[in-house]
Amino acid sequence: MALRVEHEMHHRRFGRNLGLGVVLAAFVVLVFALTVVKVTQGARFHADDGKKNTGTVTQPATGGSQP
Amino acid sequence: MTDIRSYEGGGEARFGDYVQLLKPRVMSLVVFAALVGLLVAPATLHPVEAFCAILFIALGGGASGALNMWWDADIDAVMRRTQSRPIPSGRVEPGEALAIGLALSGISVVMLGLATNLMAAALLAFTIFFYVVIYSVWLKRITPQNIVIGGAAGAFPPMIGWVAATGSVSIEAFLMFMLIFMWTPPHFWALALFMKSDYGDAKVPMLTETHGRKSTRAHVWWYTVALVPFSVVLAFTTIGGPVYMAAALILNLMFLRGAWAIWRRDETAAEADRYRVEKSVFRFSLYYLFLLFVALLADAGLRVMGG
Repeated sequence: MALRVEHEMHHRRFGRNLGLGVVLAAFVVLVFALTVVKVTQGARFHADDGKKNTGTVTQPATGGSQP
Repeated sequence: MTDIRSYEGGGEARFGDYVQLLKPRVMSLVVFAALVGLLVAPATLHPVEAFCAILFIALGGGASGALNMWWDADIDAVMRRTQSRPIPSGRVEPGEALAIGLALSGISVVMLGLATNLMAAALLAFTIFFYVVIYSVWLKRITPQNIVIGGAAGAFPPMIGWVAATGSVSIEAFLMFMLIFMWTPPHFWALALFMKSDYGDAKVPMLTETHGRKSTRAHVWWYTVALVPFSVVLAFTTIGGPVYMAAALILNLMFLRGAWAIWRRDETAAEADRYRVEKSVFRFSLYYLFLLFVALLADAGLRVMGG
């Protein structure tokens, strides 16, 4: 009787590993997509921050020119 | 060769067995309810955030399903309907189910919090706690009102969907919760009247066995009466509209008629026509809830189109 290298058990384990691999890959993609969305939304939310900062930075400069 | 032979016998789980642990049919209902809650809410999420919200609410539901299967494995092994579940059939070890349930609970709550807000995450955590500890571990085996208590866990998904979108609980979210909460008992007891269950063998107190069928019939009627106000009042909130109002009026009248018919007849009449009324009310109750939620979606659609 020949030794079967590929036992039914190996198929089952391969199925489980493949399933878990797909789930993990999908999870990574999802977290990446969520991160991109959060960062983009955050960037839009803080879009005016740069202008405000310029204002606050320039104010002391003009104030400093006064005696 | 004998070593390899010893592995045969189907003791090792397939990937699908782990999926079965999460009760996929229950998860699909959770997805629908949470989606309605999220879509009718007066706030919009980015599609990716909305997808994550629904996914992780469903995963939280699946995690509580796995924990429930872990705790109830002894009951499942006794009852015919549940004997083929992964744990009683020996395909998944109880410890594995516990580990998967706990891990997925943590992942779903944390991810829902990151994708939406902390309030939604807290509600999901409470739902899992409620279903597993309060319902499964504590009350299911000691009170015939277990269906009422279990119904509360099933009623949370639309509320969590709403909170994921808006960040807070409001009267609309509360009424959607009450709609499912009050609907569960008459729905399930109508089923219990015509299903020959073996809950008795599993020592789970069911109303039909502890209080008798006559009392169960009365319970179906009175709980339906109690359900109606919550269902109708929802029409007068910001998520209600003409479609929901019409649907609520017609469906509630039909439900009351069916529950009344169940209450007014006795076992002899029921056995004579093989529980025709009980079966039709049970089937109708499924449509009742589904159509009310569809009506909420329709009114939300009308509002969007109306600007």
